Amino acid sequence: MEFFKYTRTFNFMGKSKAAMVFSILIVLASYALLLTKGLNYGVDFAGGTVVQVKYDTTAPIDEMRDSLKTNEIFSGASISEFGSPDEVVIRMKTSTGNVTTDIGDLTREALKGTGNYEIRRVDIVGPTVGAELKEKGIMSLVLAVIGILIYVAFRFEWRFAVASIVALVHDVSIALGAITLVGLDVNLDVLAALLTILGYSLNDTIIVFDRIREGITKNRGIDLGETINESVTRTLARTTLTSLTTFFVVFTLFMFGGEIIHAFAFTLLVGVVVGTYSSVFVASPILLWFGFDVKNYHVKLAAKAQKNIEKQRIREQFESGVM
Amino acid sequence: MKLNYRIVIFALAIIFGLFFSAPSLLQTEAGKKVTLGLDLQGGLHMLLGVKTEEATKSRIKSIAASIKHFSERNDILIDSLTFTEDSVKFEVLDSDDNNAINEFLKDIEGSSISQEGQIVSLSLTDKEIIRTKAAAVDQAIETIRNRLDQFGLSEPVVARQGEEKILVQLAGIKTQEEEQRARELISRAAKLELMAVDEDRNARVYNMSSSDAAAYGDVILPDVKNEQEKYLVREIPILDGGMLTDASMGFDENNRPLINFKLNAEGAEIFGDFTGKSVGKRLAVVLDGKVYSAPNINERIGGGAGQISGNYTVMEAKDLAIALRSGALLAPIYLMEKRSVGPSLGADSIKASLVALIGGFVLVICFMVFYYRLAGVIANIALVANLFILLAVMSLFGATLTLPGMAGIVLTVGMAVDANVIISERIRELIYEGKSMHKAIEEGYANAMRAILDANITTLIASVVLYAYGTGAIKGFAITMSIGILASMLTAILGTHGIYEMLESKIQKSKNNRLWFGIKG
Repeated sequence: MEFFKYTRTFNFMGKSKAAMVFSILIVLASYALLLTKGLNYGVDFAGGTVVQVKYDTTAPIDEMRDSLKTNEIFSGASISEFGSPDEVVIRMKTSTGNVTTDIGDLTREALKGTGNYEIRRVDIVGPTVGAELKEKGIMSLVLAVIGILIYVAFRFEWRFAVASIVALVHDVSIALGAITLVGLDVNLDVLAALLTILGYSLNDTIIVFDRIREGITKNRGIDLGETINESVTRTLARTTLTSLTTFFVVFTLFMFGGEIIHAFAFTLLVGVVVGTYSSVFVASPILLWFGFDVKNYHVKLAAKAQKNIEKQRIREQFESGVM
Repeated sequence: MKLNYRIVIFALAIIFGLFFSAPSLLQTEAGKKVTLGLDLQGGLHMLLGVKTEEATKSRIKSIAASIKHFSERNDILIDSLTFTEDSVKFEVLDSDDNNAINEFLKDIEGSSISQEGQIVSLSLTDKEIIRTKAAAVDQAIETIRNRLDQFGLSEPVVARQGEEKILVQLAGIKTQEEEQRARELISRAAKLELMAVDEDRNARVYNMSSSDAAAYGDVILPDVKNEQEKYLVREIPILDGGMLTDASMGFDENNRPLINFKLNAEGAEIFGDFTGKSVGKRLAVVLDGKVYSAPNINERIGGGAGQISGNYTVMEAKDLAIALRSGALLAPIYLMEKRSVGPSLGADSIKASLVALIGGFVLVICFMVFYYRLAGVIANIALVANLFILLAVMSLFGATLTLPGMAGIVLTVGMAVDANVIISERIRELIYEGKSMHKAIEEGYANAMRAILDANITTLIASVVLYAYGTGAIKGFAITMSIGILASMLTAILGTHGIYEMLESKIQKSKNNRLWFGIKG
């Protein structure tokens, strides 16, 4: 079976301007959403309390609301369905620092008489921990990007690094926009998904870049745009296939992984699609626009080869005892 | 067919994977297993903060108590002994006693002493304050660990996090009642103090404010059963729980549970001295700031043994004895983060992620065979081997499998075939260029190698950062991702190459590319 038989080179660069306009619009829309609607920080980052309750029949949400009103602790609590009609989560902005009195117990007390239920999960995150987790989260995103930047600059060339970072920022921005749009709770698992997107999208980009690098060294004298077109076309089958297999599993995770993993799976789902798009249409054109100079690169490669030969010569001399 | 080093290594890796993943998969008794995270088996996770400033306060308080005892025992008259958060102040009435007092104070570690006229003040040095705070956290960890060990749970985790935080993880907590009991046991300060009731003024206790009491050097403490009932006691205790050596549950003559305690030699001496000269007065047994009983002292009590009676159930008395025996918390703790997962939710999470794992796995396997034919089958062998090795490595390291970790495994399935897709595409390309099957395979691997390495190393960088900076469940995700990537390099690059080499004669004989790589020959 073959989807993409390499017969001719597609002109990706020719469509790069349209793609770029499209990307810029979507990224700007994402930022607009982030600024106006804002991220919905979950209990991990904002602090607060989440209690998950499962009834053996449909959860009587209105009745629960009335019952919770009896205790002041629950003022401002929101109740929403979680995955199925018999399961709900109660979210509160408050948290208690007392080890012995527990919001789980208080909830159980307050919900008495609303039916048969079981308290399945209680998460309490104090404000200092939340702030700390947020700080650590942002730090890990930044560090991952820096680490990758250094590696790519070292293995390729600085313009490749810049181009891959632009693609990463593009992907993560759009994923954040999508999260804001559907109003997901941003928790640690969503952060993990964002970091996975980082790794995944970069994976895609690097494989295309590797082909471009190979093309540059092989096809001397051919226009960079041409080389990019050929490289993207030649890796197209791989890009699509891996994205498809990853999409399969992430989609099954999204469908069958349960409500708790829902936000994680959703973020990944967006990331896989956007990451695939960006490695084809965003990363490579940027390389060209940043003025990647093939001639210079050749000179550098030649100098590097020369240096190696020189090293080799010195070693040989040393070994034969001339020095 | 011929053997080559690649296939040998691959075979060894598969045997390794099967052997070490077996205990986890079959749930046999022997061998190391993957431990399930709290989110998968249910349990309690708590991050506790320590109010370390309380530790210095109580240090000062016990210094004040020992100064008092020293002066009484040696007939040194001192007056207006008071203390603040980090210093003790008193007046020596007879200047002849200055030397004796200074000798005694010199032995108190980490203090600086200054004297103005006859007023002596002692304060803790900055270094000592830091040391006391750190010791309070250490001691809290030790104490909580001791208490939980006696609670009967398997492998409770009690670990320091950062400077002043304590991580407690209890797996296998089944009911809310159990959870509550564990929480109470952990948080109980268990600070025992024996204090003298201020008999001269106690009658006026209900008309007194706490600042009035402080002016006399007293505090007002409530009764444990009836908060309305109050006692006026001397602020500086006769002795505190630090001198306690043992506590156990016993029964009184009416068969009601009570707690017996024993004091060390120093405590016994102080206790004996005090009771000897306070006959007819009352002694308040104070636990965590509440008066449990205030019996009359009928005679000098030597030997350093005492009892705390109260209206306990057997379970309460037992837990209280455990708490006292394992030592007081020098500083109170408070809750910073708590996550509790019921066992039924954990089971549901495992079920859901297994469905996703199997679903994704079947889809990927079918797709690879459909698209690449025999090359797809070989890639699938590598994929299966990858999963076994992943599980084996996790078992060996005793890694914890969390829900995000499960997601990491699911994701590994999707991305593990990537290397084989890259290689197969390269081989197809070379076959189109008219290279022989042998050459196409060799060059295909060589050409693909650099891209695969670069791509995997960058993903590894992201995973390592995630591990270093992540917490709890995220760490689990990073671990499975990292091991998955490393294992896939072994299986998808080395393993499949080995299989091709082993089958080389067959591949060369068959001219049917369609069967081997799913392309028209």
